[in-house]
Amino acid sequence: MSVIAAPIRAKRVLPGFTLSLGTTLLYLTLIVLIPVAALVLKGAEMGPERFWRIVSSPRAVAAFQITLAAAAIATVFNAVYGVLMAWVLVRYEFPGKRLLDALMDVPFALPTAVAGLSLTALFSANGWFGAALHPAGIPVVYTIWGIALAMAFTSVPFVVRTVQPVLEDMDPALEQAAITLGARPWAVFWRVVCPAILPAWLAGCTTAFARSLGEFGAIVFIAGNLPFQTEIAALLAYIRLEEFDYNGASAIALVLLGFALVLLLTSNLLQFWAARAREGAR
Amino acid sequence: MTIANPIHLPGQSRMGARVLIGVAIVLSILFIAAPLVFIFVRAFARGWEVYLANILHPMTLHAIWLTTITALIVVPLNVGFGIAAAWAVAKHRFPGRGLLVTMIEIPYSISPIIAGICYLLLYGRQGLLGPWLQANDLQVMFALPGIVLVTMFVTAPFVAREVLPLMQAQGTEQEQAAVTLGANGWQIFRRVTLPNIRWALLYGAVLCTARAVGEFGGVSVVSGNIRGQTNTLPLHVELLFNDLNAVGAFAAASTLTLIAILALFLKAALEGRR
Repeated sequence: MSVIAAPIRAKRVLPGFTLSLGTTLLYLTLIVLIPVAALVLKGAEMGPERFWRIVSSPRAVAAFQITLAAAAIATVFNAVYGVLMAWVLVRYEFPGKRLLDALMDVPFALPTAVAGLSLTALFSANGWFGAALHPAGIPVVYTIWGIALAMAFTSVPFVVRTVQPVLEDMDPALEQAAITLGARPWAVFWRVVCPAILPAWLAGCTTAFARSLGEFGAIVFIAGNLPFQTEIAALLAYIRLEEFDYNGASAIALVLLGFALVLLLTSNLLQFWAARAREGAR
Repeated sequence: MTIANPIHLPGQSRMGARVLIGVAIVLSILFIAAPLVFIFVRAFARGWEVYLANILHPMTLHAIWLTTITALIVVPLNVGFGIAAAWAVAKHRFPGRGLLVTMIEIPYSISPIIAGICYLLLYGRQGLLGPWLQANDLQVMFALPGIVLVTMFVTAPFVAREVLPLMQAQGTEQEQAAVTLGANGWQIFRRVTLPNIRWALLYGAVLCTARAVGEFGGVSVVSGNIRGQTNTLPLHVELLFNDLNAVGAFAAASTLTLIAILALFLKAALEGRR
């Protein structure tokens, strides 16, 4: 294959390979790999039995269940809201569109603690929304819905920003053809648009779910943090640290790490699929 | 590409479009704009004077200073790492490139709390390096170095992720031409590569700054929350909130919100340039 030969020569021509790769590896090793290895080592040190006893204790199981359930609620909400926003921002022209587009980045830019503080106050009994919801018997703060709300807020951009470019790239001719053939708007959406955005949409939802599982800053304010009721896994790990129970903290952190790596892999595979689907659509 | 819209879907009613736009706007106002506005409403709930007194409180000023110092150390290091990583991956071919890119992305998907725990297990008193650090009288945990390190962890991918795709798309032809003309490495970078990537680089630095300033979970683990010593601004917000000083918490939060809004403006401006 003569194609490969050219880049190999390029490697010899351009200077700075050793320096740049060396810097990258040194930084990654010191900042990321060694600390993560320290956690894995701690897990290995405590052994499978102890590890299992910690993560299968009722309080830990409850924390994992609450975290997963709230993350699932948040992701379902964002799956719908994210596609709606991507669709509206790509397909329609209206006053205030640029502002609405910029608003989608707010959850990325705003520190999570600030988001948590503001959401908590908004939904407390004397906040703008809480004042209306509380008398109606819908408490949000200190419930799993509050946790889901905080998770949803911090992971909004993941779905919007992965679906948006795919919609922008879509050839309108496909939809026009469907309409010419007599398809109703809903049929066009389900049978033409949906398959095209599916891989990117799933990738976005996976990342949003992963982010929700690990979210901490926004949630500690709104959750109330009651064991067995509104205590998330990341917080339980934090509490174990404060009790100097490093094994307890490490075991829970390892489970979260495992989830994160599996979801990262899934999302990368989905994005690879999405990229291939996009190539094919062109 | 967005121009053809109203025309290309003749079957779709304008009514349907209006409903969708309306729902999108209302939801976004309730869900995203309201929390943003509410921060300032609460921060100024007792007027300008109380707000200023809250901001100028020595503890708050110390938190602002600590957060600023952390960002000033982390962002330049991250920019350096981002450039090095992008240069190595985009301009050269070597086995394991894909793996390296995934490794750069790892901190992005790991919860900051986990990052904090990792650092504690490494540098804490009972950590792997704990005895050695103590013997040499070095304090990493519950001090500035720990805060800086964990912030470096969570922000690691930010600059690399912006610069890398751009460098990859631009290829190596211009740099190779420069080599042929006798330029050395530093000249190639400064005169050829840097002008091509400067906006993406600045954009990555803006995102990195916003993230570094707002980091909460990881810093929360490694800082030890020592009042007036290792309290960064986001931690200070939590502390005031737990002290039931809501107006103070919102005042401190408003400074972080202003930084976030500034970052979004810079982002919008830089996107136009790219």
